[in-house]
Amino acid sequence: MVLTGAEIVIRCLQEEKVEYVFGYPGGAVLYLYDALFQQEEVRHVLVRHEQAAVHAADGYARSTERVGVALVTSGPGATNAVTGIATAYCDSIPIVIISGQVPTAAIGQDAFQEVDTVGITRPCVKHNFLVRDVRDIASTIKKAFYLAKTGRPGPVLVDIPKDITIAKCDFEYPKEISMRSYNPVVRGHQGQIKKAVQLLLEAKRPMIYTGGGVVLADAAEQLTRLTRLLGYPVTNTLMGLGGYPASDRQFLGMPGMHGTYEANMSMHYCDVLLAVGARFDDRVIGNPAHFAEEPRKIIHIDIDPSSISKRVKVDVPIVGDVKEVLDEMIRQLEAGAARPNAEHLATWWKQIEEWRGRNCMAYKNSDEIIKPQFVVQKLWEVTGGNAIVTSDVGQHQMWAAQYYRFEQPRRWLNSGGLGTMGVGLPYAMGAQLAHPDAQVACITGEASIQMNIQELSTCKQFRLPIKICNLNNRYLGMVRQWQQIFHGARYSESYMDSLPDFAKLAAAYGHVGIRVDRPSDVEDALREAFGKHKNELVFLDFQVDQTENVYPMVQGGKGLTEMILSAEDL
Amino acid sequence: MRHVISLLIENESGALSRVSGLFSARGYNIESLTVAPTEDASMSRMTIVTSGSDDIIEQITKQLNKLVEVVKVVDISEAAHIERELMLIKVRATGKDREEIKRTADIFRARIIDVTDASYVVELTGNQAKLDAFVGAIEPTLVLETVRSGVCGIGRGDRVLKL
Repeated sequence: MVLTGAEIVIRCLQEEKVEYVFGYPGGAVLYLYDALFQQEEVRHVLVRHEQAAVHAADGYARSTERVGVALVTSGPGATNAVTGIATAYCDSIPIVIISGQVPTAAIGQDAFQEVDTVGITRPCVKHNFLVRDVRDIASTIKKAFYLAKTGRPGPVLVDIPKDITIAKCDFEYPKEISMRSYNPVVRGHQGQIKKAVQLLLEAKRPMIYTGGGVVLADAAEQLTRLTRLLGYPVTNTLMGLGGYPASDRQFLGMPGMHGTYEANMSMHYCDVLLAVGARFDDRVIGNPAHFAEEPRKIIHIDIDPSSISKRVKVDVPIVGDVKEVLDEMIRQLEAGAARPNAEHLATWWKQIEEWRGRNCMAYKNSDEIIKPQFVVQKLWEVTGGNAIVTSDVGQHQMWAAQYYRFEQPRRWLNSGGLGTMGVGLPYAMGAQLAHPDAQVACITGEASIQMNIQELSTCKQFRLPIKICNLNNRYLGMVRQWQQIFHGARYSESYMDSLPDFAKLAAAYGHVGIRVDRPSDVEDALREAFGKHKNELVFLDFQVDQTENVYPMVQGGKGLTEMILSAEDL
Repeated sequence: MRHVISLLIENESGALSRVSGLFSARGYNIESLTVAPTEDASMSRMTIVTSGSDDIIEQITKQLNKLVEVVKVVDISEAAHIERELMLIKVRATGKDREEIKRTADIFRARIIDVTDASYVVELTGNQAKLDAFVGAIEPTLVLETVRSGVCGIGRGDRVLKL
């Protein structure tokens, strides 16, 4: 069947069973939008800024097991998308971005709305393509989806010049694709897995440390089974939350800069550390030299060989799909007779319980002023711990991660790697579209929300009943916290004056806005939002304590055990 | 430590910038980089001379392997291998220098491939040290221009880098 390039692109998206494309039209993609208009399978979500299109596609992907798709025009459309692409890249999220480009003959002529999109995005994509021939469109899009979701996932961009979208050719979508230069390892090395199981069984002070890889590989079930089989303590990184049920006794909370005392102490003093789909990030282990001081054996399972032995030396590397490797470990454990040494384990747990007894997450609540942690705890109560929670970046992100206890994967969406302010609302849009019946809450701050607040308009158009919990402290809270601790309380440009009345702003967009000033009103406001206004977007503007800091805290460059547990330690 | 990394990469536009971009983005060192298509026109072979600790070299090879268009990566300096570089050097050749340069070129088994009244172009292949030695043997004021290709490398004996 002979089709135009534009029709072929849309047909490819249909073949990939794409439900939603998040995008924004423009000159270079007019034919693509014309082709979109003439079909019904692929629905288009019109955002108000291209950055939000990519974030929403990314949020859609994070909350499902599917590839998110964004469509932007050339030039500024593409450059606006870059922050979204880099955000997805840093967290290994599978998305495909289709960008328009000026006609082939105009490339390199400094044409109107021309930028070198492939060049600009090269360092922040898993791969990108410039399509120069209409006959290459179908195979390129097939490759893009394949690359995005296999191996270590990531964003893939396909740049399509305008003339290619009107050129015609025969359309056939390839059923399969193989690339001689790209063969991600799936199954882990049997010998290495055997060695790992052996080492785990011999451990006196074992610890399991897991990251976003467990979520991406949909291996939460395997992780839970293995952890329970062994009876070992487990921690999930910021990206890995929900990988193991937070309510379980074996769960020690999140590790790292704002992690729990018990998780960090166990990470540091364990004798065998099983790292699964995690990358020993600077926000997780602090100073690597300090971390290396304590002798321990490290087993590291990761799909990406370059993540292994990058920041810490690993004793038993296992390259492979986390799910496959964990399955094999469980199989070997169950087949063998050996079990962990109960006596050593009991001693180790006794130590851990002592650390846990410090109750590092305690905070002083107030009757007068709303504590941000209290809002997150109440949100958890009101939603029964079942909401999909998105966050922006800063203090509220850490409080959300610390106090909303995630029982399942793909319920917690945040920008962990790049730390992009402004992701919260578009993430919630992607998640709500993917899960129309789910409770979706966006925990944000008055600074972050303003970075993509125009999307309130998109939410109205697509009737997305997101609940925005704005922890409004009139400060760039995390910046203020660092200035307080490291810069002599000189609050350089971290205070924001002239904030809008968010409740009225939400109303202006056609939503419900509620301002909450008193702690005693927090729960009622949340119940109203999720009850009476269940089917509407509600903007809850919580006026919270301006001076509250995130604790515990490991200062940058310090070791994991050198923690500030509360304001008294300052 | 100096390492010579050879790789096969899909012969696509932009492939070179993916490799060079990787080195600059991650702060790795490139001493030289040469690239040309192989006998299979769909693939190019690149030789990269770099330096770094063992950990860094391990990361470099892993990161190169991670590039979608890279087919194969080998650190050929890990075992017996041959390195060759081509140099073209234009020298002022008048009077008694003419004979002296000719003699030096013969000693180095270089060839004079362009001759004018006042200059020679000398072609020389060899490893880097040999090329450096030749440059060192020529009176510096006589050197008008030099161009070097960067290192090409290949493993000795059975070691074959092929798809």
